[in-house]
Amino acid sequence: MSSESAPTFSSRDAVVCRGVGKTWAAGTKRAHEALRDIDLDIKPGEFVVFLGPSGCGKSTLLYLIAGLEDATDGQIWSFSDKVETPSPERSLIFQETSLFPWLTVWQNVSFGLAIRGASQEERRKVAAEALQRVGLIAAMDKRPDELSGGMRQRVAVARALAMRPKVLLMDEPFAALDVQTRARMQDFLLDVWRDSGASVLFVTHHIDEAVALADRVVVFTSRPGRIKTIYPIDLPRPRNLFSREAEAMRIQLTELLRDEVDRAFAEQEAFAAPA
Amino acid sequence: MAVVTRDGEASAAAGASRPAAATRLLASMAGLDWLAKVWWTCLSISLFAGLWELCWAMGWADEKLLPPPHIFLDNIAEQGRFFNTATRWQVGTSMTEGPSAFESVLITGAATTMRVFVGLVLASVLAIAVGVLVRYYRFFDRLVLPTITLLSPVSPIAWLPVAIFLFGIGNAPAIFMVVVALFFHMVLATINQIDTVNTNLINVARTMGASKPQIYARVIVPAILPGMLQVLRMNLFGAWMVVLVAESTGVGYGMGQVIMLARNTFNPSLVFFTIAVIGVLGFTFDWLLRLAQRRILYWLPDTAERLRVL
Ligand SMILES: Nc1ncnc2c1ncn2[C@@H]1O[C@H](COP(=O)(O)OP(=O)(O)OP(=O)(O)O)[C@@H](O)[C@H]1O
Ligand SMILES: [Mg+2]
Repeated sequence: MSSESAPTFSSRDAVVCRGVGKTWAAGTKRAHEALRDIDLDIKPGEFVVFLGPSGCGKSTLLYLIAGLEDATDGQIWSFSDKVETPSPERSLIFQETSLFPWLTVWQNVSFGLAIRGASQEERRKVAAEALQRVGLIAAMDKRPDELSGGMRQRVAVARALAMRPKVLLMDEPFAALDVQTRARMQDFLLDVWRDSGASVLFVTHHIDEAVALADRVVVFTSRPGRIKTIYPIDLPRPRNLFSREAEAMRIQLTELLRDEVDRAFAEQEAFAAPA
Repeated sequence: MAVVTRDGEASAAAGASRPAAATRLLASMAGLDWLAKVWWTCLSISLFAGLWELCWAMGWADEKLLPPPHIFLDNIAEQGRFFNTATRWQVGTSMTEGPSAFESVLITGAATTMRVFVGLVLASVLAIAVGVLVRYYRFFDRLVLPTITLLSPVSPIAWLPVAIFLFGIGNAPAIFMVVVALFFHMVLATINQIDTVNTNLINVARTMGASKPQIYARVIVPAILPGMLQVLRMNLFGAWMVVLVAESTGVGYGMGQVIMLARNTFNPSLVFFTIAVIGVLGFTFDWLLRLAQRRILYWLPDTAERLRVL
């Protein structure tokens, strides 16, 4: 392929995937293809939601973009740098709590600065700023186990923001929260996104969430995950989620997903059935 | 209930300078439990001793073979005569010279405790260092791990002759025995702990640009600490057993040697007295370790407390 030697994408894009594929345990008996042929361009400051059946490789793609795992095929670029290792420019927020239980909230938030050897004074200042943005300044000296699930995810967001990332990767960050809290967190995330100017790649199972947040929704097929379609959500912000357009989009996305979910289920059943 | 409340306030006040979590932990644990714990411990021991006494009173337990507590604890001075320190064993020193009986018990107990303590510290430091190195350097893993796995099932007893060949008698062979009995298991436990560290925590550090040494120092070591202290506590009793074996086989003086003496002179009272002393020492040691654990692992919730609700 000639595009490998001469990249054809705009180098200013936040994330560029070209022919990306991932096979877990490649070359062994347990080889397991998770992603195939992903081509994706994400512009700076864009909010993109990944939607797809369970097990289709959404998390895997985020890991690849974060640089935590190597792609088996294709290439990933971010702002004209080839993605090979993790970088503070691309922060990943996990579905489960990933705060360090032995550190206080502010120490968690400023962990990345501690790594760089910043002074305690500077770390506290940056942590206070980031916590201010997520409205948790009062919890600065608490420990993670003293916080609720939603507060912990906000701390994780603050920790990611403290690194001033250009790309924020979020793997179902609000999945464990109740509906009301999730709605509040979505508003909060949109504020943060607008202030920071970062691109956001957000994985979710919830079609409502996709319509509420995304500029574009990337719909994946069942495993191996390929891009089925990219669905633009061109509703003005702040969004009225009860409008007729929003409802129509939800219905269309549901239709798009249903086939894939059915197929994923059938495949998983066949997989579980004795040979 | 009034006592309980007052106690809770006192401990909360004492911990006021510490972070909120630690204060709450101490208040909840110390407040309710402190007096109750002492009470239950006493009750538990009294029950056991009471049953024994009952057997004796009923004539089921021969006082020559199974002397009940009131007999073997009756005359500490008498029993203490047998707790000889090294100086008393020296040629030309009579049994009546040197430290008093009570001091002898203390000195012997302290000597054994010291061996357990030094052995435990040495074994844990060595084992954690080796375990971390094994995971840190592939090369070290391949070079060292097979031997460690090979040696870990060897019973400490098998090492006894080696201890004597290498170190003769005294403190060194007893400490060597403790180290060798714990080291291999603890290396494997350390590696196991490292392998089960939550990958997300490591990945978070990686995305923030942490280097390999930083990930080890700031994520892996704190993350394995709770498990390692648990392993240490489990191995504490193992250390006590090994030290007794080492001492009773002529490696030196100490509690184990007193038991051997009691066996050879057919003195059940002395056996039970020594067992009682060892029990108290081991109990205290474990209690101190738990105290240290609670202090070092200030961030852990109290699991036992959660299970109690069931
Ligand atoms: N570390 C791994 N090693 C081997 N296989 C893996 C690994 N991680 C994921 N997989 C496999 O890759 C496929 C995609 O997994 P992934 O976690 O990316 O799915 P997902 O779309 O995020 O699913 P969900 O919505 O349920 O989180 C799955 O079939 C999974 O079994
Ligand atoms: Mg996932």
